[in-house]
Amino acid sequence: MAGAMKARATVKDGIADVRVVMNHPMETGLRKGSDGKFVPQHFIQNITVKLNGRTVVEGQISQAVSRNPVFSFRIKGAKSGDKVQISWLDNKGETNNTEAAVA
Amino acid sequence: MHAYRCSALVVVAAALTIATGPAFAQDEKREIEKYQKMIAEGSPVELFELEGEGLWKKKQGPKNASLEQCDLGLGAGVVKGAFVNLPRYFKDTDRVEDLESRLLTCMMTLQGRSREEATKRTFGNADKPSEMEYLVAFVAGESRGSPIAISTAHPKESAAYELGRKLFFYRSGAWDFSCASCHGEEGKRIRMQELPVLSLPAGARPAYSTWPAYRVSNSQMKSMQWRLNDCYRQMRFPEPGFASDATIALTMFLGVTANDEPYRGPGTKR
Amino acid sequence: MNEIRRMVLRGAGAAAMLAAGLVATGRAFAATWNKDAFGAKNSHDALASLGAQNAVQSKDVIIEAPEIAENGAVVPIEVSSQVPGTRSISVLIEKNPFPLTAKFDFTPEAVPFLKINVKISESSLVRVVAEAGGKHFAASREIKVTIGGCGG
Repeated sequence: MAGAMKARATVKDGIADVRVVMNHPMETGLRKGSDGKFVPQHFIQNITVKLNGRTVVEGQISQAVSRNPVFSFRIKGAKSGDKVQISWLDNKGETNNTEAAVA
Repeated sequence: MHAYRCSALVVVAAALTIATGPAFAQDEKREIEKYQKMIAEGSPVELFELEGEGLWKKKQGPKNASLEQCDLGLGAGVVKGAFVNLPRYFKDTDRVEDLESRLLTCMMTLQGRSREEATKRTFGNADKPSEMEYLVAFVAGESRGSPIAISTAHPKESAAYELGRKLFFYRSGAWDFSCASCHGEEGKRIRMQELPVLSLPAGARPAYSTWPAYRVSNSQMKSMQWRLNDCYRQMRFPEPGFASDATIALTMFLGVTANDEPYRGPGTKR
Repeated sequence: MNEIRRMVLRGAGAAAMLAAGLVATGRAFAATWNKDAFGAKNSHDALASLGAQNAVQSKDVIIEAPEIAENGAVVPIEVSSQVPGTRSISVLIEKNPFPLTAKFDFTPEAVPFLKINVKISESSLVRVVAEAGGKHFAASREIKVTIGGCGG
């Protein structure tokens, strides 16, 4: 399931409600795996939300965000058909991104 | 096989189940409902449905075939609306089968996999997910919005329902519990969880229509087979066989009791 | 390394760092992650790292969250700021080992709004700080964490 990510955006009165779900373990480094050893830290640190290629939201998050993070944002001035692009970067340098058209 | 993580709590629960009356303060109840609503609105459940869809289409096993020709009761390959008619009688196996049992049947017949291999990991965890749980999420998701419509017309279907009802009230195990010990009377709770009366429609409907579920405490999809297995563990019963007649019968009883309730799709729970 | 640090402290964005050849072009954006703030072990230090130690309480910073979470691994929180010109919102969980959990920056095209699922290790105060025009505005809410049912 590595890399699964999905976004949905719906517009009402000019404001797009954007919801994105991401598959990521968000390991704090404090959890013991099934082998009894601490699972190393592995978590998303940066998130970028763009509307038609322009950055509108930039987030920095910690390992205290829940596993398989879900975020909601609101973007002004969005119209049906506009493209919302969301990407993330984690502490290992891994990235992922997804795109959704505003419905 | 069983990890007894909960002994003290269940003994307390046994004591609590004897006491009846209002479960707990109204504002606590309201805040918990708010929690439940908010996690359901922001849930990664759809990622699991997508993963399940991928597994449905994936060629596997000695026959190198996908599950796309699997008959879930509405004809080979028809997934939409199939979940809400399960469990049901299947002619090819001459048996009443629930979703997991049927997926297992298809894994064995269509993909040529052995029962042993296909059930190696029926219940997963965050480190090692289970194929079965993703598949269940996908198939169940395809019945989102349809009313639960489980038939007992076939003699084996009504027999399964009757067996399920008997099992619900059957006391046994180390602590002489039955499902009804916790789920058979109004106003009971275990810690902060209100216990629905599952033998009646009012309790069965909201419960049955939200399984399988993404369980935030496990960060995993959990199926009805898992839920029954875990209940039996908490009751200190011997472990039921995966997709056994007993578990299917119980699912039948719960599902029929929940009939007509619109299926909400895979849920999100604590 | 010093050059990167200088640019980060100046608030240089990804594009500038990219242009300066300091970040590999293969990356989607520069890795500016406030290690000091996220590494702070108490709210006071985290807020100081953000320059928000003088945040004033404000009714315009809104937290929508359940007062009781059935499971501390996933606690849904909705935060927003009605303070005009809000440019960023930070979320801190007082009793967590590292309180700072999120810091989101909003351009004028985005509503200063965020819904996020967080881990709360034990019943704790959740603090939200909004920054607008160089000033900081805060609100807080106590969230109780329980372990559900039979622990299963």
